[in-house]
Amino acid sequence: MKNLLLATALIAVSGAAFAQDVVRLGTEGAYPPFNFINDAGEVAGFEREVGDELCKRASLTCEWVTNEWDSIIPNLQSGNYDVIIAGMSITDERDEVIDFSQNYFPPASSAYVAMAADADLKGVVAAQVSTIQAGYVAESGATVLEFATPDESVAAVRNGEAVAVFADKDFLVPIVAESNGELMFVGEEVQLGGGVGLGLRESDTELKDKFNAAIQSMKDDGSLNALIEKHFGAEAAKF
Amino acid sequence: MFASCADPKSIEGLTWAMCYLTSGKHLDFYWSFLTVLLLLALTAPAALAMGFAGATAARSRLLPVSLLGKGYAAIVRGVPDIVFFLFFVIALDQGLEYLKSLAVCENPVWPWQGLEFRVCPEAKIPLGKSSAFWHQAYGFALAVFTFALVFGAFAANVLYGAMNAVPRAQLETAEAYGMSHGQVFRRILVPQMWVYALPGLSNLWMILIKATPLLFLLGVKDIVYWARELGGSKTQAYEYPHPDWRLWYFLGLLVFYLLFTKVSEIVLARISARLNHGQATAGGEALRKAAA
Amino acid sequence: MTCWETVQAYAFRSLGFGENLLPRSDFTLCQQITLIGSGMLWNIYFGVLALAFGFFLAVAVALAKSSPRALVRKPAEWFVFLFRGSPLFIQFFLAYEALQMLPKAGINILGITVETAWTTRAWAGALLVLFLNTSAYAAEIFHGALKSIPKGDLEAAEAYGITGWQKFRRIQWPTMLRLAWPAYTNEAIFLFHATTLVFFSGFPAFRQMGDALYYANYFADKTFNPFVPYPIVAVYFILLTLLVTWIFAVVNRRLNRHLPSNVKSRIRLRPQLIR
Repeated sequence: MKNLLLATALIAVSGAAFAQDVVRLGTEGAYPPFNFINDAGEVAGFEREVGDELCKRASLTCEWVTNEWDSIIPNLQSGNYDVIIAGMSITDERDEVIDFSQNYFPPASSAYVAMAADADLKGVVAAQVSTIQAGYVAESGATVLEFATPDESVAAVRNGEAVAVFADKDFLVPIVAESNGELMFVGEEVQLGGGVGLGLRESDTELKDKFNAAIQSMKDDGSLNALIEKHFGAEAAKF
Repeated sequence: MFASCADPKSIEGLTWAMCYLTSGKHLDFYWSFLTVLLLLALTAPAALAMGFAGATAARSRLLPVSLLGKGYAAIVRGVPDIVFFLFFVIALDQGLEYLKSLAVCENPVWPWQGLEFRVCPEAKIPLGKSSAFWHQAYGFALAVFTFALVFGAFAANVLYGAMNAVPRAQLETAEAYGMSHGQVFRRILVPQMWVYALPGLSNLWMILIKATPLLFLLGVKDIVYWARELGGSKTQAYEYPHPDWRLWYFLGLLVFYLLFTKVSEIVLARISARLNHGQATAGGEALRKAAA
Repeated sequence: MTCWETVQAYAFRSLGFGENLLPRSDFTLCQQITLIGSGMLWNIYFGVLALAFGFFLAVAVALAKSSPRALVRKPAEWFVFLFRGSPLFIQFFLAYEALQMLPKAGINILGITVETAWTTRAWAGALLVLFLNTSAYAAEIFHGALKSIPKGDLEAAEAYGITGWQKFRRIQWPTMLRLAWPAYTNEAIFLFHATTLVFFSGFPAFRQMGDALYYANYFADKTFNPFVPYPIVAVYFILLTLLVTWIFAVVNRRLNRHLPSNVKSRIRLRPQLIR
């Protein structure tokens, strides 16, 4: 049981006023390399390191929680955790109901991956259900085939169910690299969303300011770029 | 777990399999079997209690109480459990915190501001500073309650039918002996109804077992969640990269569920034989013949 | 867009007719009710067809299960055990995996190429799983009913010289149906509920054509408010359940019409008969 909830209490160095308030960070845990459950059963990945560092800089005690992607925003609204840190792209429709911090990951490219270079991108394209990519594919005129998890959408290309999968490029890069030439990028890359930011309740302006300041300080001293390079490789877009 | 597992990418063969199957994530997977069993162990009596309350209410001579009992069974049974799970838990959580806020906040305000739900920090359940264990325990308790509410509606239906199935003559005899309404209920109706309720309750137990894969909707990580998570293909970002192995994990779960069903069937058959003993029913008659 | 225009655009969206793009902003209650209702067509499609086909297989399996010959009885017992003993969730997954292993180019049978690509689509693959699943559950119900036929009825039939097919057709069949009907009603309700799992976990949604829960999920995701779309699904299902109960009650009255009115078994959920 204790491992199901992945808790890390970072010791707050200063700021006795908020030291006792635990900030709960909600993530999905199924979107490597952004966030995933590692083999020890703990939240790991890029966002784990960014989140821990941000909490340290903002002198907050943080705790990690995992939640289904589908209900990740309602559970934030309901107060089950205070921050969403789950590779969530900043979009207008999301911005209407929650607040975003400044981005800690540059606007991501989305890309198509297929088994053949001449794949018909107006054919059947797989995507994860209720992502900005699924919406994009539907609008592009292709036939969208929606899967519950990003994993299954890639599996659909492998077994010929779909001709291509459309997803975050950073998610696809390691998969393509390790497929022994079976999978490849095709077509143009597409820029969707305004980068990845932390999701917060609209009323939590104080918390948002703290995180914004922490993100800015990580951007300024280059530590954020170092983490991006560590997890996404040297070619990834940086600040 | 073992010293030789320190660098998983350099080992292979049997050692790799050993290390892989004892990774922290797999231990979580094994624990989740216990989580599911614990949930079943807690939910079954809770659902039975709900069902009993519902059935008793449905039999009440007061119209509002009887309508409440019947309405509960009819409405909750009409809705697919999955739909119920998708919004009920959040609503329940917010409702509880709202009630608590009325009691503990200094000047409680209406917490629903647009889509946002906000109560004072003291009214959070559990409190923000509580340990992860309490958050987990609270989530688990909500899951048990929700399951009990859904399956209680089915149990209410079964028990209501069973109460009606107790031969009228037995109740009349009891009344003739001068027992009050409550005495008849406690001494005759309730002890006698179990034999009629058991087949329905057995079926309900089987359905309950098979509803546990929906647990992850309620925020409890169950065996299907972990099987999906572990089986999915893993890139080099993980310590133990492997292709899509979900099929094998799910076949393992299939065996687990089949075994669990089989064991349940055997146990329930024994209970049924015991309850039928000495009853004036076809089942009881069969037992008498077998013994003679 | 007025509500009526919304209905025209989306009433058959789940089948692929009407507006191609789903609503993307300014969500109205009307849109949610229309699209989720449109999704109900899939739930009804799966439920009705699985029940209709499943009825016949269930009777066959129930008879096989009652057979004195082990060669006939054992496979039937295993079929029922396999499908009743495992969650539908897992059955969907395994079926999807298995259907994907069929060669994509089609199978060559006696020189004719049989297409296989359609089998992984929900309309066929999920229907197959639901069909087998409901057959197993209903077979168990019918088997129980066959065993509960009063011995006297069968002896009387034999005394009149009615045997074999005639005995089944005129004595066992109607009595079995009459005894099994209340439980079979429950099975039908459960089956309709089970259809919500098709797109949720089992099969991918094609061209954003999905069932009621799929669209509810879509709206919950877009509006970030689960308290509107899911209760809409719930209300639709309560109505569907009432309708199913009513239709089965009509059949039940017909099955019991020869009985004196005081022993007519009313459609009430008999305890031993829930799935």
